Amino acid sequence: MAKPGPLMLRGGRLLDPSQGVDEIGDLFVSEGQIRSLGGRLGAPDDAEEIDCTGCIVSPGFIDVHCHLREPGREDVETIASGARAAAAGGFTAVCAMPNTDPVTDNQAAVGFIIRQAQRAKAARVHVIGAISVGQKGETLAEFGEMVAAGAVAMSDDGRPVVSAQLMRTALEYARTFRIPVIDHCEEPTLSMGGAMNEGVVSARLGLKGIPSEAEEIMVIRDILLARRTGGHVHLAHMSTHGSVELIRWGKERGINVTAEVCPHHISLTEERVLSYDTNAKMNPPLRAERDVQALREAVRDGTIDMIATDHAPHHYDEKEREFADAPNGIVGLETALAVCVTSLVETGHIDFATLVEKMSCAPAKLFGLPGGSLKRGSAADITVFDPIRKWRVEPSEFLTRGRNTPYTGMAMTGRAVCTVVGGHVVHRLNTDAALERAAPLASEALE
Amino acid sequence: MTSALGKDLLGLEVLSGDQIRLVLDTAEPFKEISERAIKKVPALRGSTIVNLFFENSTRTRISFEFAEKRLSADTVNVASTGSSVQKGETLVDTARNLEAMRIDMVVIRHGASGAAQFLADRIESNVINAGDGMHEHPTQGLLDLLTLRDHLGDIAGRRVCICGDVLHSRVARSNIWGLQRLGAEVAVCGPRSLLPNAIEEFGVIVFERIEEAIDWADALNVLRLQLERMTAGYIPSSREYNRVFGVTRERLDRAPRDILILHPGPMNRGVEIDSDVADGPHSVILNQVTNGVAVRMAVLYLLAGGRPELAEAAKGASR
Repeated sequence: MAKPGPLMLRGGRLLDPSQGVDEIGDLFVSEGQIRSLGGRLGAPDDAEEIDCTGCIVSPGFIDVHCHLREPGREDVETIASGARAAAAGGFTAVCAMPNTDPVTDNQAAVGFIIRQAQRAKAARVHVIGAISVGQKGETLAEFGEMVAAGAVAMSDDGRPVVSAQLMRTALEYARTFRIPVIDHCEEPTLSMGGAMNEGVVSARLGLKGIPSEAEEIMVIRDILLARRTGGHVHLAHMSTHGSVELIRWGKERGINVTAEVCPHHISLTEERVLSYDTNAKMNPPLRAERDVQALREAVRDGTIDMIATDHAPHHYDEKEREFADAPNGIVGLETALAVCVTSLVETGHIDFATLVEKMSCAPAKLFGLPGGSLKRGSAADITVFDPIRKWRVEPSEFLTRGRNTPYTGMAMTGRAVCTVVGGHVVHRLNTDAALERAAPLASEALE
Repeated sequence: MTSALGKDLLGLEVLSGDQIRLVLDTAEPFKEISERAIKKVPALRGSTIVNLFFENSTRTRISFEFAEKRLSADTVNVASTGSSVQKGETLVDTARNLEAMRIDMVVIRHGASGAAQFLADRIESNVINAGDGMHEHPTQGLLDLLTLRDHLGDIAGRRVCICGDVLHSRVARSNIWGLQRLGAEVAVCGPRSLLPNAIEEFGVIVFERIEEAIDWADALNVLRLQLERMTAGYIPSSREYNRVFGVTRERLDRAPRDILILHPGPMNRGVEIDSDVADGPHSVILNQVTNGVAVRMAVLYLLAGGRPELAEAAKGASR
């Protein structure tokens, strides 16, 4: 990438929980690094100036859980389209899951993704390697070589690690490389054939349910294995109030467990499935109101460490079918911020500092990734977002190739207006067009 | 044109008590048509109906076909085997192609819950759900209600217990909603492994012993026990099922009152129901089949926009 020119972000609310900064001021970037921060700053004549008045300027968001589909399903997403969608959503970095075709389970595959990401010139893409060869749950993959090639964590992604022995070994082996092992917690004999949360809604709709216990059994297994091994287990997309209690139990005992929650699990319930809308189908499924409330509280009290999207684009035709046969997953990169502002901040569960902590500082710190801070001298990965901007979700405007979202047409608050990666501006919101679309929303609010 | 039932009949959960009573009342005059030498009225003359059956069905398909033909509709049967469906065509493409041929109604039977609604959301034609996965089978529910009403009079306040594999049964769900809309007391009885975990939230009584259900009920609707439930491990054996949950003559003999016995068919004699019960004096199983045609005629007639008060006249038109 060409060397970025100097950049001045003027007059925003500088919000960086990593160093306790929360003040109105300027932020100056040159040669890809943050140079100075706070107050009124002078800038060289050739600096690009961006007016950030009314916006929050924070360390760039990092998503530790997304699916970019390349190699294998470039028709639904590529590393480039995913990285651009990430930038548009305010993410300066994402971690790509290894469920590609072929599976990302060796150093060459890791290298391929890193090269493709460099070409994309958008958000950074970190690589998560597979725990087992071919994600088959049998033989440990080569963690060491993958880490040397740039992998930042290991996971068998949507394939739960069924063998407790394999999970134990992975947690032990990963310690050498100081990387987390991420598990999709699902006891497969209990969830088999399930299409949604097990409860009264699944009973009414005649859809096979996935009980909360399918997740919780694996959550406690993984926590106990982390206790035994001292390895770092990271629990993906927690969805039940029971899981929250188990994680709390583990953290109280100092066990090395971290956890993420997805925006959809803190904003939607199983009721969203009532019309058999396949865009409300994901795994783990949307749960009950009680779970949503427990997860929001867990974000507030720190039991849940971070927000992750589980961005999973699918082809229209694959979702346009009978509910039980449709694939799991929704896109999330371009709605995550707004869903979190609308469902966590506006509801009073957390403040913006905590939001930035969960979307930027915590993932950087716990996964050992660059970014997550506006400290002088650190890489200029910065998100500028308008915390009160109203907008309506229109999937045809997404940069991801996926259109599978349950939020179509919904009014949201909060939007990334500028994303900076390594000093390069990789996303600027087309403000005029956005304002035009937002105008009817503003008048709605007045009525 | 929107009928008194709306565009489609997808389930009984979404119908009101008045709408259900309307179907049952409309079915009354249609019953008589099937008793005539010439079993045909011109009510749906010129209408084209496709029976789209993605699952094997004998009784329901034939019942719909008789209902359509006795109302003078033109009908086509499409089965999933031997059609473009087998070549990998999607449900929505199948439907759109049928619609492009300018049809008026689709009767759909499909193995996936929600398939009827999926279709109804995407095509203009009226859609009738003839059974979708484990969700609903509304015309079965309606014919069960009609049969109960024939024998018990007013359904309100009556006690009906649905016995067996409620978990996988679309018939059970349609019955529960339909009976509740008409004010009946509803119970279910079966092994807990074959009841939805959240069944109590349906507002039904749960009996774990068939003897308790028989002691309580005015009528039992005995569900078919699919043999694959054994292979899937929900219950150990059909032999034990019959011993613990079977509706047998000995158990019925201890009932405090006459109990009506319904079964949606096809029966596993000697498993969920014994032959001397199925063929005995309390059984109304064949009345259900007869009523099936009348109820389906009523549904077709109402969805086509037929006015309920004219059903009697429609019936008389061919005289």
